[in-house]
Amino acid sequence: MILEDLRFGTELIKRGFASMQKGGVIMDVVSADQAGIAEDAGAVAVMALERVPADIRSAGGVARMADPKKIVEIMDAVSIPVMAKARIGHFVEAQVLESLGVDMIDESEVLTPADEEYHIDKTKFTVPFVCGARNLGEALRRINEGAAMIRTKGEAGTGNVVEAVRHNRTILSEIRRLKGMDDIELVKRARELEAPADLLIETAQRQRIPVVNFSAGGIATPSDAALMMQLGSDGVFVGSGIFKSEQPELMAKAIVEAVNHWNEPSVIAEVSKGLGDAMPGLDIHALPPEQVLQTRGW
Amino acid sequence: MPFHQNRCCRPVAGNGPIGVLALQGNVSEHIEAFESAVNNLGLGIPVIPVKRADEIPGLLALAIPGGESTTIMRLIDQNGMRETIQTFPGGIFATCAGMVIAARELTGETRFTPLDLVDITVNRNAFGRQRESFESDLAIEGMNPPFHAIFIRAPVITRAGPDVCVLATIKQGIVAVRSGKKLILSFHPEISNDLRMHQYFLTEVL
Repeated sequence: MILEDLRFGTELIKRGFASMQKGGVIMDVVSADQAGIAEDAGAVAVMALERVPADIRSAGGVARMADPKKIVEIMDAVSIPVMAKARIGHFVEAQVLESLGVDMIDESEVLTPADEEYHIDKTKFTVPFVCGARNLGEALRRINEGAAMIRTKGEAGTGNVVEAVRHNRTILSEIRRLKGMDDIELVKRARELEAPADLLIETAQRQRIPVVNFSAGGIATPSDAALMMQLGSDGVFVGSGIFKSEQPELMAKAIVEAVNHWNEPSVIAEVSKGLGDAMPGLDIHALPPEQVLQTRGW
Repeated sequence: MPFHQNRCCRPVAGNGPIGVLALQGNVSEHIEAFESAVNNLGLGIPVIPVKRADEIPGLLALAIPGGESTTIMRLIDQNGMRETIQTFPGGIFATCAGMVIAARELTGETRFTPLDLVDITVNRNAFGRQRESFESDLAIEGMNPPFHAIFIRAPVITRAGPDVCVLATIKQGIVAVRSGKKLILSFHPEISNDLRMHQYFLTEVL
């Protein structure tokens, strides 16, 4: 191998990393112990945080990148990939996370946005990014900025899957509606969606977005996870749903198995037995607008 | 055995389909790559995803894709597939996480016991974290031009047994071997847009 030919952080390498996560569960953790539990349960990656979204929600104030000490502690504890969150538009938090060696950065609406005009230019980084989206236009704008993975936003920290379902169905139906359009119609549609035309044309041809698409935001039970898989997700992020449940070890394993056997109701029934209480849930319609996280980013 | 003997249309022994272990990871890419390779060679072998142990014995070959090795290994055990894969007499095509799973032993790894399909010792995440993942042209024994190889949090082989034929080595260790009907790779030929590794497996290894 000619060493000067080595190429790092290419689009293929970034999207390839995301692709290796397919069919997996990515779990939010706030300590080395929790990371170990997630790895033992079969998580494909962990998201290193100072607080899970449910606690960020109740703490209020400005939510920022986690303490690097905490992130390194979690990286040292497990052999699976470790992800961490940066604020929307906060490219210095992202630089810090990259220098720590995290495997993927989540530019996340769960933290308080640092820029209300621009997201991070993710093409400038070696490390891949995942970004949230509620609809096809938002997903393609993020991909155009360099995101290697999309997750539907849902409403984090609520234990209520309704918004994740809404966002997933929205993207699916927007993609289906592209069928049969010719290129000139797709270019017009791209303008309406405020999405780049080339990415929309690629999406129409492949009948899926050009990168891996996970679901997130409110997944709290094995059935919730399997629901998102049956709705066409490539995998799921589970935030507060595991470590805010009564028996995190059992819940973590059960959700991994439900994602593996997403179309086998009898297996989902079996793994759902005796898990104790799932995390307490919130009614989305009772949330005051300033506490809604999904509308952060655009 | 020379890497390329010109027998590219030799019919493959056995009748069953090629199965891609579909527990987690880069499954659809492997299915598509094998389907294209089968078409190119005019072999007419079906390619199917495999999730249950009882689907394995009838296969011509089993591909173990990239993904997270700890996750795939746990699901293999959870789904009662360990013994079935270990006693499977057909071909094995293992990439990246698949290499970790197929190993006899792992260095510095106590989280799980690999399947011991090939007499190799493997170092997981030998290159470090994701920022160290890379793509590069790789010289492979008998393959010309070199293969554009994609290494993503890749493992390397630190020891290969006497019956294992080494096909490619880089500074960090061995990255491609063949042993009987098994082809084991550190990198991801399923996303290289180059079907030579899949075709080599179908025509020369099986």
